[in-house]
Amino acid sequence: MDYSQFGAMLPELIVLGIFLIVFLFDTFSGEGAKKALPSLTTILFALGTVAIWIVPASAEPVFGGMYVNTPACNAIKAILNVGVFIVFLQSVKWVDSESMKIRRGEFYELLLVTLFGMYLMVSARHFLLFIIGLESASLPLAALVAFNKKEYESHEAAIKYIMTAVFSSAILLCGLSFVYAFSGGSLYFSDIAVALSIGETSGLLLVAIAFVLAGLGFKLSLVPFHLWTADVYEGAPTSITSYLSVVSKGAAAFAFFIIFTQCFGAVYSDAWEWMLYAVIIATITVGNLFAMRQKNMKRFMAFSSISQAGYLMLGAVADSSLGLGSMMFYIFVYIVSNLGAFAVIQTIEYQTGKLNMDDYNGLHKTNPWLSFAMTLAMFSLAGIPPFAGFFSKFLIFTSVTGTGSMALYMLVLIALINTIISLYYYLLVVKAIWISGDAPKIESFRSDGASRAALWISVAGIVFFGLVPYIYQYCIDSVMASQDSILSAILPLFVG
Amino acid sequence: MDITLPILILAIPITMFLVLGIGGVKMSRKLAGVLGICGLGTTAVLAYIVAFTYYFSGDPLFILDGVRQQYQVFDVTWLAFTQRLVVNLGFLLDPISAMMLIVITTISFMVHLYSWGYMEHEPGFQRYYAFLSLFTFSMLGLVVATNIFQMYIFWELVGVSSYLLIGFFYKLPSAVSASKKAFIVTRFADLGFLIGILVLSYFTDTFNFITLTQNPESVLGSTGGATFMGASALTWAMVLIFTGGMGKSAMLPLHIWLPDAMEGPTPVSALIHAATMVVAGVYLVARMFPVYCVVPSSLTFVTVVGAITAFYAAAVACAQIDIKRILAFSTISQIAFMMVSLGVAYDQPIEGVHYSGLGYMASMFHLFTHAMFKALLFLGAGALIHAVHSNNYTAMGGLYKYMPITHWTFLIGCLAIAGIPPFSGFFSKDEMLAAMYANNWVWGAWMSMVAGLTAFYMFRMYFLVFWWKENPHYKEHRPHDAPWQMSLPLIILAAVSCVAGFIPFGEFITWNGEPYHIHLEAPVAITSIIIALIGIFIAFKLYFKENSVPTRLKNMMPTLWEAAHRRFYWDEIYQFITHKIIFGIICRSIAWFDRHVIDATMDGMAWIAQRASASIKGMQNGAIQAYVIWYFMGAVVLAAITWLCLI
Repeated sequence: MDYSQFGAMLPELIVLGIFLIVFLFDTFSGEGAKKALPSLTTILFALGTVAIWIVPASAEPVFGGMYVNTPACNAIKAILNVGVFIVFLQSVKWVDSESMKIRRGEFYELLLVTLFGMYLMVSARHFLLFIIGLESASLPLAALVAFNKKEYESHEAAIKYIMTAVFSSAILLCGLSFVYAFSGGSLYFSDIAVALSIGETSGLLLVAIAFVLAGLGFKLSLVPFHLWTADVYEGAPTSITSYLSVVSKGAAAFAFFIIFTQCFGAVYSDAWEWMLYAVIIATITVGNLFAMRQKNMKRFMAFSSISQAGYLMLGAVADSSLGLGSMMFYIFVYIVSNLGAFAVIQTIEYQTGKLNMDDYNGLHKTNPWLSFAMTLAMFSLAGIPPFAGFFSKFLIFTSVTGTGSMALYMLVLIALINTIISLYYYLLVVKAIWISGDAPKIESFRSDGASRAALWISVAGIVFFGLVPYIYQYCIDSVMASQDSILSAILPLFVG
Repeated sequence: MDITLPILILAIPITMFLVLGIGGVKMSRKLAGVLGICGLGTTAVLAYIVAFTYYFSGDPLFILDGVRQQYQVFDVTWLAFTQRLVVNLGFLLDPISAMMLIVITTISFMVHLYSWGYMEHEPGFQRYYAFLSLFTFSMLGLVVATNIFQMYIFWELVGVSSYLLIGFFYKLPSAVSASKKAFIVTRFADLGFLIGILVLSYFTDTFNFITLTQNPESVLGSTGGATFMGASALTWAMVLIFTGGMGKSAMLPLHIWLPDAMEGPTPVSALIHAATMVVAGVYLVARMFPVYCVVPSSLTFVTVVGAITAFYAAAVACAQIDIKRILAFSTISQIAFMMVSLGVAYDQPIEGVHYSGLGYMASMFHLFTHAMFKALLFLGAGALIHAVHSNNYTAMGGLYKYMPITHWTFLIGCLAIAGIPPFSGFFSKDEMLAAMYANNWVWGAWMSMVAGLTAFYMFRMYFLVFWWKENPHYKEHRPHDAPWQMSLPLIILAAVSCVAGFIPFGEFITWNGEPYHIHLEAPVAITSIIIALIGIFIAFKLYFKENSVPTRLKNMMPTLWEAAHRRFYWDEIYQFITHKIIFGIICRSIAWFDRHVIDATMDGMAWIAQRASASIKGMQNGAIQAYVIWYFMGAVVLAAITWLCLI
């Protein structure tokens, strides 16, 4: 075996390296030295992110074509890393708390393993590797969800998460076994694509695709595979919730795009086009309708993230390099906007233990900066110009309507109507903060440096990347570069 | 030229705005004031350096074979909507923009300094300085615009700053309604401006001033055929663009906002509503002058509007009580003077003398001198108001011995505006009148009459304020000259008004960049001096000492007085149109439609959304078994639906 192939897996190696360092440090260092663990991990991770961001991807399929790190894959990994970095910053205070101290190493280790799994999901071009990635991204997350081990809700959330995860894996594997039958005994994406383009569309294939969609729909919390989301988001520690809501979703969305265009692209308009339309409409609408009624901020963010996932999936409908680029940009913007909101929620939770929207009434009087950041995050999530969220929505809508079909126009129209509904509930938060006349329930406090840094990064991202198209250009460029490198390998439709 | 200075000229005021606007609440007044003044002082110095480099360095970029050039220091693409529709942002240096840099920064600096004394005890002092910086930034951006769209953007920004500053005393209902009025009227006019821009750029494919003005005939070649309501598309475009200028420069019939704008702090009136923003319309016409020359009918329109406005405003100014209103109408009248002067600038040579462009130079000259002496008069009025706490001359009278500095500087301002040599207004007005006589004696005679009226109403105010009879209130509250921060700008501006007339203006600014040697036309000069002296003499006779003649005159023709006092009922006309016709008839029906159709639809959608939300809440019941069933059913149903679709 040619071991130089590992060189192509630079991002995975970096994350694995950080994991090993943290693991060894955590195991062998003394109690005093362990205090340095959060900063050590965060700094190492920041360096690793920079390395992934600047070292060009090799783009050569390795291990017999099972794995490829195209520029687009590399870019999405870098973007996910930004999210993880912000999550690390947010959680410094939490992992240093009394009940967490003893386990802080585990938090970082488990989280890095899930990230490693997500990297594999993104880069896999063979379903075996993909399933390995998916599982290593799912199972440790269940442990993380249960991390507040003295809290009943945390356990309940973990049980619900693991049950649904197992069930969804089963469905996914069932679907894949059908696909295996169609492909004539291969699990390579390219082989499946070729086999499907020759064969006819049958009922069994539809079942297979529906099952694969359902399996991935679990990670993305698409309706009707979303029911675990609210309970798990509410019960999990807030750091984990924010991680689940953005990073895990971003990786799954990218993998979804790759699988559906590269494996099932040939049967697109016959088989999964309408399936996806239905799921997207259901996801956006149901997410919105539930979000309207939520009082608990974490549940609120759960349903908001469900409907955001629907918008994200619009990029997959576009089925073009523009769609993928817009989707990646959407993921980035969603990361900074959502994590900005979570940073505020988390800071307030740790300082005062308050989590309800009513508690935010009159917040601007006591904590103007947090109010300001929360308002920006809500505006960005709702897609109000000139914040980044507007441009990400706009670009993803543009990529969809660019194909010019009537059905897609209708889809975008429904998405637009839902944007208005979402504006309603996002503005409920803003209204509570700025307009509600009640006496503030949260007193003034000064949050810790790390979470303030996380907040600043998010706010800067929301404001700055609305005005400067650098990230979007980066996404589009990387997608274009990937297309060039992959064209010769498989069918022309395929991107990534 | 290095781009650092031009960028700094724009960057410093906007930074000051942000710093004072965001951090002002936490600053002491002193710090905010010092920051504002120092920021603007630096901007002024840089602007002077840039302008002087432009005029005097002799760099071939700026002056080539004795002809002044237009030079874009930078011009970057800002928004490229389509290949044809590209909006740039840049910095254009040419004779008039360099002059405006000097005018704006000088007056703005004077006002910053003056406000330190004038606004000392007002709440919101920091906010005030923030807005002043915003205004200065916007106005500078307007004059250095490289293209008409950039100008439009900054045009709106000065509108916003003007709105904010007029409504500065936002607890006074009159200030609030005045600010709204100013914004709505000018914004309405800007609609015409925008349409004009779009029409023009549609035919010319460019926003850029240099492309438009260097060779207008060729750029505008394609517009020949298109006509609308009897006038060519280009005429429409130019008239519509001028509409924007009419709004900002308060030309009839869009003048109604300017007198009310005097509700703002007096230094603001001096800066925005006398010296800089209101001349934006003149500047716009000057900027587009070569294009206007291609369509002489649009220039005639400018002339007619200007001539009517000039007379109207001068007549109204004779019958006002509030000294700031008098100055406001005087401003309208003087700006109209500049407009007429621009309008008559285009002509064929008469008897071998080439007058073409004389009016342009004179108009810019008057813009410059007027900015100085009108700012002086407004700041002087501010000092008076500061002393007696009233805007009306009825509360004044006999102030000459209490406020000597204000008295002398005010007198210089009045002499300058009346056109008495050797003060600056004489020279610029003389050039303008010469240009008008050269075009057509009708314009000349008409505007000479307006000049006479100007001398009359200015000295009417002067005598009523400083002589007439001493107000008995002075015994309780003795008026005195203003503190040094306020007196210093008065003295500086008075000094400028004394000498500015001797600037050989034609060497610097002409419509085509070639120098023009100013020479006084003896007949015109003598006539205008005599007319001005007659005006002053009548005012002296009527108002120097307390007597009953003015009252008797007023009682002799009560209707005329009342009509002039109420500004010939323009506000009432507007009130009727807006309230009775637009609000009462048109808006009411639209409001009904809005409430019962549009709102009802929206409410219905919201109701449906709420109901739908309530009806599906059972789905999320917390039981994992149910979740899994939903999950599985979902997958199966998806496959089934797609299958059905295929079959």
